[in-house]
Amino acid sequence: MFPESYVRNFVYNRKKQLVTFGVFFAVLCFLIGRLVFLVVVKGPRYEAMAKEQQQRERVVYSPRGAIVDRNGVVLADNKRVYNISVIHNQITDPEAVIQMLSKECGLDEAFVRKRVEKVSSIEKIKYHVDEEVGKRILSYGYDGVKVDGCYSRDYPYEDLASKVLGFTGGDNQGILGLEAKYDEVLRGNPEELLTMTDARGVEVEQYGEVHTDSDEGNTLITTLDYNIQSYCAQEAKKTMIRKEAEGVSILVMNPKNGEILAMVDEPEYNLNDPFTLTEWYQGYEGTQGCNLMWRNGCVSDTYEPGSIFKIITSCAAFEEGVLTPEDRFFCPGYTVVEDRRIRCHKTTGHGSESYVEALENSCNPAFVQIGSRVGAERFYHYFEQFGLLDKTGIDLPGEASTIMHKPENIHPVELATISFGQSFQVSPIEMMTVIASFINGGNRVTPHLAKGIQKPGEQECYQYQYPVKTGICSSDTSEKMRTFLEKVVSEGGGNKAYIEGYSIGGKTATSQTLPRSEHQYVSSFVGFAPAANPEVMVLVIIKKPQGIYYGGTICAPVAREIFANILPYLGIDK
Amino acid sequence: MAKGKTGKKEKKIRYFDYNLLFLLIFLICFGLVMLYSASSYSASINFSNSAYYVKKQIIFYGIGTVVMIVMASIPYTFWKRWATIIYAVAIALCVVILIPGVGRSSHGQSRWIQVGPIGFQPSEAAKIAVIIFLAMMFERTYSKMGDFRTLIKLFLLVLPVVGPIAWNNLSTAVIIMGIAFCMAFVASPKYSHFAVVLLAGVAFILLFIFGASYRGDRVNAWLHPETAGDDGFQTLQGLYAIGSGGLFGKGLGESMQKFIVPEAQNDMIFSIICEELGLFGGVCIIVLYGLFLWRMLVICNNANDLFGALLVTGVMSHIAIQVILNIAVVTNTIPNTGVTLPFFSYGGSSVMFLMLEMGLVISVSRGIVLDEIK
Repeated sequence: MFPESYVRNFVYNRKKQLVTFGVFFAVLCFLIGRLVFLVVVKGPRYEAMAKEQQQRERVVYSPRGAIVDRNGVVLADNKRVYNISVIHNQITDPEAVIQMLSKECGLDEAFVRKRVEKVSSIEKIKYHVDEEVGKRILSYGYDGVKVDGCYSRDYPYEDLASKVLGFTGGDNQGILGLEAKYDEVLRGNPEELLTMTDARGVEVEQYGEVHTDSDEGNTLITTLDYNIQSYCAQEAKKTMIRKEAEGVSILVMNPKNGEILAMVDEPEYNLNDPFTLTEWYQGYEGTQGCNLMWRNGCVSDTYEPGSIFKIITSCAAFEEGVLTPEDRFFCPGYTVVEDRRIRCHKTTGHGSESYVEALENSCNPAFVQIGSRVGAERFYHYFEQFGLLDKTGIDLPGEASTIMHKPENIHPVELATISFGQSFQVSPIEMMTVIASFINGGNRVTPHLAKGIQKPGEQECYQYQYPVKTGICSSDTSEKMRTFLEKVVSEGGGNKAYIEGYSIGGKTATSQTLPRSEHQYVSSFVGFAPAANPEVMVLVIIKKPQGIYYGGTICAPVAREIFANILPYLGIDK
Repeated sequence: MAKGKTGKKEKKIRYFDYNLLFLLIFLICFGLVMLYSASSYSASINFSNSAYYVKKQIIFYGIGTVVMIVMASIPYTFWKRWATIIYAVAIALCVVILIPGVGRSSHGQSRWIQVGPIGFQPSEAAKIAVIIFLAMMFERTYSKMGDFRTLIKLFLLVLPVVGPIAWNNLSTAVIIMGIAFCMAFVASPKYSHFAVVLLAGVAFILLFIFGASYRGDRVNAWLHPETAGDDGFQTLQGLYAIGSGGLFGKGLGESMQKFIVPEAQNDMIFSIICEELGLFGGVCIIVLYGLFLWRMLVICNNANDLFGALLVTGVMSHIAIQVILNIAVVTNTIPNTGVTLPFFSYGGSSVMFLMLEMGLVISVSRGIVLDEIK
């Protein structure tokens, strides 16, 4: 097309070729320098970051230990559930994934979208979905949706002992109750699943998965007895409905060693669905309602013990030596302390009565007198001796402290009201523990729920030991109290707890709640059997019952029902 | 074989650059080994055959070798006559590809053209077309090369091919402009003009980069790859690879980052080489390229005529610019742009036209007459 021409490669051309090459050469040298800088100076940091990224970490929780009752009935167990997460780089059809996940997991579309579209190695969508849902999500077969099997807590009896057992959170950590208290025991070491992945999030097979050692959790053996717990729960529910009460608490404990056989605090909640407010708490806002619903009244709440406290007043007086069973009192239906007129519940008065009769009658004026014999200072001293002001040390979180007057503030009026159990507050478990020490011969036991643990794969059980403080009161005082309290049931105000053939000791109580203007009451009954050598004690508390509110009338029959069923069950002879 | 191909005229020894050939063979073999290492995983995932990429690449090299031998045996002066037609065809191809439906999409941009079973990138063809065309033009206008107006005219001649390419493949357009610049620089007796052009070019590029917002993201990813998220992902993964390699690397085939680095068998292959062979391996490759370019400089300097010298200058510039841009991207020296590493990156068009260019260079080297030595 063009005539062939010939032009020489001139010297200036050659020189410029050399210059061109020189420039390229210089740039290549610069790049070598850059490479050296990257490897030597920045290399270690990049290397560390690369490692971290390559080993994407997923934590798979090993099964948590079960919680069983004293006979091995499983109260808390594990079930297979699925954790749903997405791996950004693997997703091929984000829209379909978003639609599917928001539908199947019942989540807000915007929430799912945000997570799906986020650039990260792995993003959590929802944890602990049911097996059924997990399998359904798997069946879609969408790329980038990770369905990991793991364990979640399952409570076969749902609301049974809900306030005692507590529940676990999304990471299987114990949140309340025994689950929280014995979290470390129950928790297996989380198994870390280290996976080498590529940019697509595909696991690189040749490098395999690196499992760290994992332990299954230990089984926690509790002192609870499933049958007694169930029966008490049933009784509490019935009573709750019958008395239209605000709450019913029932404690069953072995006074000799502090083992709690049952702890019921109606209304209970479903442990498998702890974040849904039960009917009872519908009026409350989410978190506040949940906290109220989860609260274990037996341990965390305090109440005015009322007449049950007369046991303590009596013990203090016996110990102090200012009271004999033969002492006589006169009740005109009221007593005057300083400028206050304190009425007896029997407004017509009990007239002349012995100490034992005063206890049977639960006579306030008599006990005001007994209290005044002990005196404020000594009385307070005995509170300390009886351990009333210390926490019981029960193995449940959130134990409430006794709310008592300061010693310098106990004036005659306070002294008088304390004498029959008003104007201060204790927790039910504290009341139970203090009374246990008077009837078991003077030993303050530690109430507890954990009997021992069983390591996975092992047969033997590691028993827990609990401190016992001796010398709370003399055995003589203890014996007197057992005898007199039996009379309260057989002859006195606690007669509705009487069961033909059994020797049951007990004391009733009724106290007005604050504010007094509401005219609401807390009724209670504490009982134990056999009276001479107590094996089991029961505390029944009804909060704000409607209609008849006397402890002797409404609580004692509940205790009677319980005794009638559990005494034969426990093998306690008539 | 220092074969003295004796023609009719005696004492005329045809030169053949064995150093260049050796370096070429070495680069190709090294490239294939590294390609296998870098691509085996993604090949086994995508094609359930770990050798998928490397097999295809070997086939490309086989065809490429034939092309190279053919090119080497045709006297390079032959192309002078066809330069304008070749250039016209290249322009046509580059324009045609912009028509929707003609180009085959890859990575969201249509850069491919399909003719029967053969698919190729017209932009790769454009590089060689520009080299041949400009060599011819510069030779024809060599006496006027000192005039700045000539330069501008020639620049306008390149626009029809650079323009369409720049439309969807900016980095290739930049490479072609770079080749043209180097060739013009060599052809012209002046320096000052090129300082001006260079400054203008740099200013233009800077304006271009910071002008558009999506390119701004790229600049941000370049400056802060660790916090740039998706934009900095590829760069950061490449840096992880380089950092993981250390001085002597993890050993051949031991790269972990090849599972993660996007385009590990392509633009980012140098980072995998650094991870497996370390700083040592990376530097070796740069030195190899340096030697390779040096051999081309020798051929260029001794070329029989200006046309041949310019052809070699063009090829040398082409390879040098791609190597520099690729390594600069991988080491995060410049913002990320897709440039392949000659002889290492996977790609049929790239291999084919590289081998074609090498054939051209050998052809030029064969034209060298070593009469002074005799």
